[in-house]
Amino acid sequence: MTKTLLDVRGLSRRFDVSQPWLNRKIEGTGKLYVNAVDDVSFTVKQGETFALVGESGSGKSTIARLIVGLLNPSGGDIVFDGTSLKDGLNGAKARALRRRFQMIFQDPLASLNPRWRVVDIVAEPLRVFERAMSNRDQRLRVGELLTLVGLAPEDGVKFPHQFSGGQRQRIAIARALAANPDFIVCDEPTSALDVSVQAQILNLMKDLQKDFGLTYVFISHNLQVVRHMANDIGVLYLGRLAEVAEAGALFDAPKHPYTRMLLDAVPDIEMTGRRRKQVEGEIPSPIDPPSGCAFHPRCPFANDRCKRDVPKVLAGVACHAVQEGRIS
Amino acid sequence: MENRKLVKDIPEQDLIVPVRAEGRLARALDSDIFYSWRTSPVTVVATFVALSLILLAVFAPLIAPYNPFNPASLNLMDGFTPPASTGAFTDNYFLMGADNQGRDVLSTIMYGSRVSLFVGILATLFAMTLGVSLGLIAGYNGGTIDAVIMRVTDIQLSFPAILIALLIFGIARGLIPANQQESMAVWVLILAIGLSNWAQFARTVRGATMVERQKDYVSAARIMGVHPILILLRHVLPNVLGPVLVIGTISLALAIIEEATLSFLGVGVPPTQPSLGTLIRIGQQFLFSGEWWILFFPAVTLIALALSVNLLGDWLRDALNPKLR
Amino acid sequence: MTEPLLSVRNLTVEFPTRRGILTAVQDISFDIMPGEVLGVVGESGAGKSMTGSAIMGLIDRPGRIAQGEVILQGRRIDNLPDAEMRKIRGRKIGMIFQDPLTSLNPLYRISEQLIETIRTHLPLSETEARKKAIGLLDDVGIPDASRRIDDYPHQFSGGMRQRVVIALALCAGPDLVIADEPTTALDVSVQAQIIDVMKRLCAENGASIMLVTHDMGVIAETADCVAVMYAGRIAEIGPVRDVIKDAQHPYSSGLMGAIPRLGANLDRLTQIPGSMPRLSAIPRGCAFNPRCPHVMDKCHIDQPQAVQTAPGRRVACWLYPPQDSTGTNAERQTAQ
Repeated sequence: MTKTLLDVRGLSRRFDVSQPWLNRKIEGTGKLYVNAVDDVSFTVKQGETFALVGESGSGKSTIARLIVGLLNPSGGDIVFDGTSLKDGLNGAKARALRRRFQMIFQDPLASLNPRWRVVDIVAEPLRVFERAMSNRDQRLRVGELLTLVGLAPEDGVKFPHQFSGGQRQRIAIARALAANPDFIVCDEPTSALDVSVQAQILNLMKDLQKDFGLTYVFISHNLQVVRHMANDIGVLYLGRLAEVAEAGALFDAPKHPYTRMLLDAVPDIEMTGRRRKQVEGEIPSPIDPPSGCAFHPRCPFANDRCKRDVPKVLAGVACHAVQEGRIS
Repeated sequence: MENRKLVKDIPEQDLIVPVRAEGRLARALDSDIFYSWRTSPVTVVATFVALSLILLAVFAPLIAPYNPFNPASLNLMDGFTPPASTGAFTDNYFLMGADNQGRDVLSTIMYGSRVSLFVGILATLFAMTLGVSLGLIAGYNGGTIDAVIMRVTDIQLSFPAILIALLIFGIARGLIPANQQESMAVWVLILAIGLSNWAQFARTVRGATMVERQKDYVSAARIMGVHPILILLRHVLPNVLGPVLVIGTISLALAIIEEATLSFLGVGVPPTQPSLGTLIRIGQQFLFSGEWWILFFPAVTLIALALSVNLLGDWLRDALNPKLR
Repeated sequence: MTEPLLSVRNLTVEFPTRRGILTAVQDISFDIMPGEVLGVVGESGAGKSMTGSAIMGLIDRPGRIAQGEVILQGRRIDNLPDAEMRKIRGRKIGMIFQDPLTSLNPLYRISEQLIETIRTHLPLSETEARKKAIGLLDDVGIPDASRRIDDYPHQFSGGMRQRVVIALALCAGPDLVIADEPTTALDVSVQAQIIDVMKRLCAENGASIMLVTHDMGVIAETADCVAVMYAGRIAEIGPVRDVIKDAQHPYSSGLMGAIPRLGANLDRLTQIPGSMPRLSAIPRGCAFNPRCPHVMDKCHIDQPQAVQTAPGRRVACWLYPPQDSTGTNAERQTAQ
């Protein structure tokens, strides 16, 4: 049985979007919060890919940032390989843990410091985690990494702006791999790239996962890409999990009405004649989410209970209609 | 933990990243910035004007025709010699005339620009260091620290710089013993002008830092646990220097004028080491009695210096602005 | 046979820079029939948006149309003065951009913008124009249109804003709508709605659409014909079903293989090595030759010309050499 590497339990994150103090006092308004992530739980098994899918406002990027420690959770816990990350990381233990996880970002240009040469960018984790490493060894290691991701060692002396989007993402991957992590959070790694380049990067990521036994948390809004990459999938809607399932099951027999709607909305590239189903309505603002199940205004199966009670995730689905057997 | 071997079957010397490929000079000459400089005649002229004025000032002791502060070379009887003529009592030739004490105006300008530039540059560097540091701290930390620093800049920016400089100058005068006041005057002036100009830098750097802080290369460093001070110095600072250079150039021009104003008002440098402002103050006494050159030449020099530096700043702002490229 | 609504002949767009002239669009030709939807697909840097801008006369200086003609309803429009062109944009050609905020002025109410545009192009009174504007907003699916017409653009969500842009593009009853990435900024679940509205309204008004996008899925659902662009040239053009099911140019077939599918869980995607060349470094011969699996010696030397391979289908690839004795030669002559 594969071991659980990451265990996310009841994770929540609230953002303060209030006006500044002075404005609040003058206008007499209160504090305003957004629940960007609300009570989300899932587990990620070692060597596998767990994907989080969602549209804008679903909280998927917030979860990514919570996992790697860029944000602190307002509630719940993240357990990485048996160690709780709830209270932040400090000291030598922190360094050993930080070394094991890395992140790949959506916009490869913004994730590389424009004033640094590629060799310095890729070597940054080495300078943090391998302080004893000589300059020559660093350059050798960077050359190896660049070769591994399909670039040349000579590319190390260039600056990020001299590369194409796909090449930049390769540089970001090389940096992520520099200090031998075993867990990588990928936040929309290909959504800024062209299709043909996206295929290269997805293939590269799959190869690297196979060769080095990497574990990915893969964030995306693109269902086709997720289908290609993931073992397990979590579908998010307005900060809550709608459905968690094994990838094949989710695509073959989606349960939650939102998941069904998302699948129906995927363009029919094979020209089978299947019409994209007309989806009603738009995603509500996360500042003022609907009561009860956040999806109820768009859901064809909603009833009074859906408007009132927030559904719990039971057997991988958070939907009253499924749990009451109203839909199969 | 041992680093795993990543690539097989390639010899080491083919895998190592070479130290450096292209020369810095070649890159600089090929850059867009150099191109935009080369194709802007106004900027080229401004550069040459500014450079020649700076060189004349720096090498004044070597190239000035006379040393205006050496009493041995002065003759009061040469006073008020008009431009392009020889003194009445000595054989000294005065290209820009002589002032009331028989000093060569050209030489006093060269020595005066020296003082003006020295004060201007040091005051700007001081303001820059202070403003950039405070701006980085405010922008990166946010919260209360940010609020406090920004309110101070707001207050500072709501007073004219010259008023603040006068205030600081006055306070410093009161604190420094009388016998040291003359030797300390230049430093007090630098402190006063510097303290009255830092707010611009702080505000701009704070804004740029808040933008850079959100970028993912900073996130990547934070995930690795890089210390915030290292992130600020190595990641953020190089990326906010562009606007700092622009403001630096423009505030250099402002600082030179501010120094001239203070000296004109008589609260700047002591008359024993006159700056351009002091020269203008001396000169204006004689404007209406017909000895126009004592005022005219220092004033023209001050205008040329401030204008050329300002034009350089304007060009730099456009050249570094990606939207206008 | 009916006359094409829009004819683009040998269009070339150049950008002089200090390092030499960059060719963003090179020698492209296509027709759009009345009521037809032409998809123009390509990756970033392919020149697809530039083609749309050239037709609308919206190329930023120092860019210029260096060669070729754009003919709308039999009238040449690429060399018209700015004032004339402004009348054609809006009246004859409607525009929809990726970011609704480039079309909508955030300082004015929706009603003011719609009414002004309607009255610029149509002889209607203020009240009539307002009535028409409300009708249009109703058509594009904005609930409670008579009240919401007096809102400002920021009071609408992204999808609703794009609906307003569609209404604005259609308000003078144009014959051609050029839509540049109209759904790229939207969520998947909203994309389908917008595509539907756009397609339905254009069909009702008899307007043709030139749909510029990088998303093959949107093309597959919307377009009748598709032109696949690469490095400023049209690699392949033809009926959408043929191109998707049986792409002839190695680039278009690679592009199709690179799209992950829901149906098939393949271990690896087909990948095209390398990336789109920069405009300053387009390879000699066929621009695709460094990435092509079928590359031949000839591809490094000569640029392939568009050759007709089936009715309405042209491919620019040396795998399909021009044949002198058959009718395809005639097509080649017109393409030059």
